[in-house]
Amino acid sequence: MLRYIVRRVLYAIPILIGVNLLTFTLFFVVNTPDDMARMQLGIKYVTPEAIDNWKIEHGYDKPLLFNTDQDGLNKLTQTIFFEKSVAMFAFEFGRSDEGRDIGYEITLRMLPSFAIAFPVFVLGLFSYITFALVMVFFRATYIDFWGVVLCVALMSVSSLFYIIGGQFLISKLWHLVPISGFGAGLDIIKFLILPVIIGVISSAGANTRWYRTIFLEEMGKEYVRTARAKGLSEHLVLFKHVLKNAMIPILTGAVVLVPLLFLGSLIVESFFGIPGLGSYTIDAINSQDFAVVRAMVFLGSVLYIVGLILTDISYTLVDPRIRLN
Amino acid sequence: MLICIFISYGRQNETLLNIVAKEWIVPMLMTRISDIQKIQLKGNKTKTIVTILVCVFSFLLAACDQMVWNNPYPASDSGKNILYNVFTERPKHLDPVQSYSANEIQFTAQIYQPPLQYHYLKRPFTLIPYTASKMPLVTYYDHNNEPLFDHVEADEIAYTQYEISIRPGVLYQPHPAFAADKAGNWLYHQLADKDVAMVYQLSDFPKSGTRELTAHDYVYQIKRLAHPKLHSPIYGLMADYIVGLREYANILKDTLYNQPEHADFLNLNMYPLAGVDVVDDYTYRIKINGKYPQFIFWLAMPFFAPIPWEADLFYAQRVLIDKNITLDWYPVGTGPYMLTENNPNLRMVLEKNPNFYGEYYPEEGMPGDFENGLLADAGELIPFIDKVIFSREREGIPRWNKFLQGYYDVTGIGADSFDQAVQLVGQGEATVTEAMSQQGIRLEASVAVSTYYIGFNMLDPVVGGTTTETRNAARKLRQAISIAVDYEEYISIFANGRGLPAHGPVAPAVPGYRQGRVGMNTIVYDWVNDSPQRKSINVAKRLLTEAGYPNGIDQRTGAPLVLYFDVTARSSEDRAFLDWMRKQFHKLNIQLVVRSTDYNRFQDKIRKGNAQIFEWGWHADYPDPENFLFLLYGPQRKVGNASGGTANNAANYNNPEYDRLFEQMKDMENGVARQMIIDQMVEILRNDAPWLWGFHPKEYGLYHAWFKNVKPNRISNNNVKYYRIDTDLRERKRKEWNRPVLWPMGLGLVLFVIGVLPAALAYRRYESSKAISGLSLRSD
Repeated sequence: MLRYIVRRVLYAIPILIGVNLLTFTLFFVVNTPDDMARMQLGIKYVTPEAIDNWKIEHGYDKPLLFNTDQDGLNKLTQTIFFEKSVAMFAFEFGRSDEGRDIGYEITLRMLPSFAIAFPVFVLGLFSYITFALVMVFFRATYIDFWGVVLCVALMSVSSLFYIIGGQFLISKLWHLVPISGFGAGLDIIKFLILPVIIGVISSAGANTRWYRTIFLEEMGKEYVRTARAKGLSEHLVLFKHVLKNAMIPILTGAVVLVPLLFLGSLIVESFFGIPGLGSYTIDAINSQDFAVVRAMVFLGSVLYIVGLILTDISYTLVDPRIRLN
Repeated sequence: MLICIFISYGRQNETLLNIVAKEWIVPMLMTRISDIQKIQLKGNKTKTIVTILVCVFSFLLAACDQMVWNNPYPASDSGKNILYNVFTERPKHLDPVQSYSANEIQFTAQIYQPPLQYHYLKRPFTLIPYTASKMPLVTYYDHNNEPLFDHVEADEIAYTQYEISIRPGVLYQPHPAFAADKAGNWLYHQLADKDVAMVYQLSDFPKSGTRELTAHDYVYQIKRLAHPKLHSPIYGLMADYIVGLREYANILKDTLYNQPEHADFLNLNMYPLAGVDVVDDYTYRIKINGKYPQFIFWLAMPFFAPIPWEADLFYAQRVLIDKNITLDWYPVGTGPYMLTENNPNLRMVLEKNPNFYGEYYPEEGMPGDFENGLLADAGELIPFIDKVIFSREREGIPRWNKFLQGYYDVTGIGADSFDQAVQLVGQGEATVTEAMSQQGIRLEASVAVSTYYIGFNMLDPVVGGTTTETRNAARKLRQAISIAVDYEEYISIFANGRGLPAHGPVAPAVPGYRQGRVGMNTIVYDWVNDSPQRKSINVAKRLLTEAGYPNGIDQRTGAPLVLYFDVTARSSEDRAFLDWMRKQFHKLNIQLVVRSTDYNRFQDKIRKGNAQIFEWGWHADYPDPENFLFLLYGPQRKVGNASGGTANNAANYNNPEYDRLFEQMKDMENGVARQMIIDQMVEILRNDAPWLWGFHPKEYGLYHAWFKNVKPNRISNNNVKYYRIDTDLRERKRKEWNRPVLWPMGLGLVLFVIGVLPAALAYRRYESSKAISGLSLRSD
């Protein structure tokens, strides 16, 4: 397995270079270093001299991808792309154009994002699987029928509506929890209740239906008929056999998300005033801070690759037939 | 979970809920659980689980206020003298040499003290001393550096000197940069990695100190304007005025590049600047080129606030920079407040500076101020508020709702909540709605010192013209469009009435602005029934015909007239505005093509003069007509300007007569003579119509009844020290407005039980049924 993981990590390097190159190209198609300087310096009285100084100061005074003034390998290394990209592979994200350490900012913002995303993920997974199993258990009854209707209804509503509706009902009308904000220590719980409830409910429709489909497919298999023939109760059939055998598709969808839980959600964090990572990239794009944009895209790519590797590893845990070679 | 919350609330309050929860719901659930045998637990065990859950949730909810569950602030802050405000955009810079945006100055203006400030109540805006002991002494010099008498001609003046005396005894806020041992050795000026191992923010330094403000600190900050690493946004402008500043920047640049690689601190005290000098510890002088009377307004901005060299050295240490502890993040000032928490993603906290010297609430104001209670605290020691918490709210809905719940003391009004908050009465006067009024909320309106306009690029052959003949035709075309684009309608539809149609570039509350008939743009309006009335569209059509485009057709080519409107990329919400704009041009049968682009490309087009018609705006730096009229001064043209980006004449307008009058006006004192010249200039502009004059936005703010001493404006920003909060009233109202409503939880519980019970019963039936129902019959 170790050899497999090492191979996957090595595969990741060209992927990350490609992602980095794509981000770099897209960003600089829209923004030139002069634009970035103007954005940072303001537009009222900025002089060309100040723009040049800013570019020198922030390392944007070199060519983007190819330096014709240099010789040999320096044609590639004496460029903005090379200088800004190499350090990231050592997870040194450098400083934002505002002068803040990006790694430190990410560390600060990661935990609030995780504080929301983790309970949503765990509670969501638990409740979606539970409801899906209940619907499968009562398949072809009114519970299943109305369950599916409810799921379709939940799927049909925009996530923004859940947020605004939830804030209106629970916080504004009923005064049960704060509308938005964040705190420290145990104080954060009162701020998490509403976004977590909304996070779970807003994804309930699609996920419950997805799990129901998986379970129903498993229910038609021969081992289920054998288990019933042996006289196992229905809940044992469901929880012990069907659930276990349905773990591969469940893990495929779930484990890959685990590392990404740190990255947060833009809309949820924006509406609930959570100081997480969700808005970091958007803020950076708005302020044309390339250093932050490339760091966040790189981090997202790395975490996604880690998630995929974790998914593969988790397969071996739930299905002994799988070997990672 | 709902049950537990319900029970925990019942236990806390000993109400009917308590009885319902303890005597009815729990036993019922126990019985039901037991009945359906879903969980094989003994009764005691079930009770234990329920009790544990109750305890857990009671514990969790203990974090909430006992009476008010939705309070976003800690219960320990209740009743404290705290102002709760809000911000949307995070400030980028808090170093006074860099901060310029309104969202930055709302913090820096409370922390830093420039030598001058604006009188809080007087209008028009009046400068008064802040740390200065008196207004600056202004002396003019000729080319031989000989002093000149007052009232000399501007072209005789080679230099102007401002001598500023500051009051003694002003102290800096407590700060570790000033911490020293008994022998006077600095404690934190030579920090190593190990010294800051446990330091994550400024407050982690155990010791702090202070010292007296001196003139050296002001001079130090002026030198920082030229620091090549600080990129001050006003360096370009100030380099044209402060004697020697440009040369100074070159010296600093050379010195920096010759420093060792890791030497981050450049002691500016070692490098004299020709244009500034310290007379004594409490007096300094600034020398500027020529005469620039508006320079005095800059002395009321944080750019000219003091920075102590100790702080500059302290923050230049690499070990602190690596920990993001910089002057740009943790300001050091002498002002009424100091920044004690800076987390711009969540909140920023200002607390009263314990070293702030005594300043008193103004004792005189304008007519009406007394009646409005603005002089109730006259002569009282300020600041009144101990702490200001600025919370970041990116979205309008939570911001608005938290204001209505009493958790923010003030808010602006978004378009989506405007109808809920404001109604127009009488002659279009805005007031709060009945619902707001019942909550004691009041509306404060002020006209911003800003103008939003639509500019014509005067270099464009169609709207600007290239020969005398075509220029004349283009002028008539612009005048026709000025009449056709109905800004009264625009303000009504898109700004909810929050704006004044502009009759020229100068904004209200600025000297030079004229109200009433004398201030009317006679090209666009007629005076009817004591108010300006936009001219008929037929007048515009006639002008269009005279311009050579009868009914919107170019009479030379026979082709329809097509004009291009350059805007920054628009959201779908703004589509209505663009449609409206097309409709305005269509009144003259002119086809308007919208060219939407991103902000960078848009700016690029403006710089290169590639736009034809464009949208732009200006917020004044200071309340002087020069700061508006220079936007159309010929040498300020963006295209082909040697000064590059500092030019602000985006329309590239050039009229020698206007320029001559501008040069005459800019150096004059406010008065009748200056007003006459301004009137002439504005008349030239109205006739030439290089802009659609657009509108001056009005700013509406809603304030709770407990928020006192508010006189909003956008020129003086250090206003927090005048505010006062009635905390008892706020506490009472918050409790009254935020009582938890619990019946929905009970209803939810009932619905849950109703939903689950049939399923549970069905499950029980299913499990207890026989595998083959007919088997027993056959065996019989």
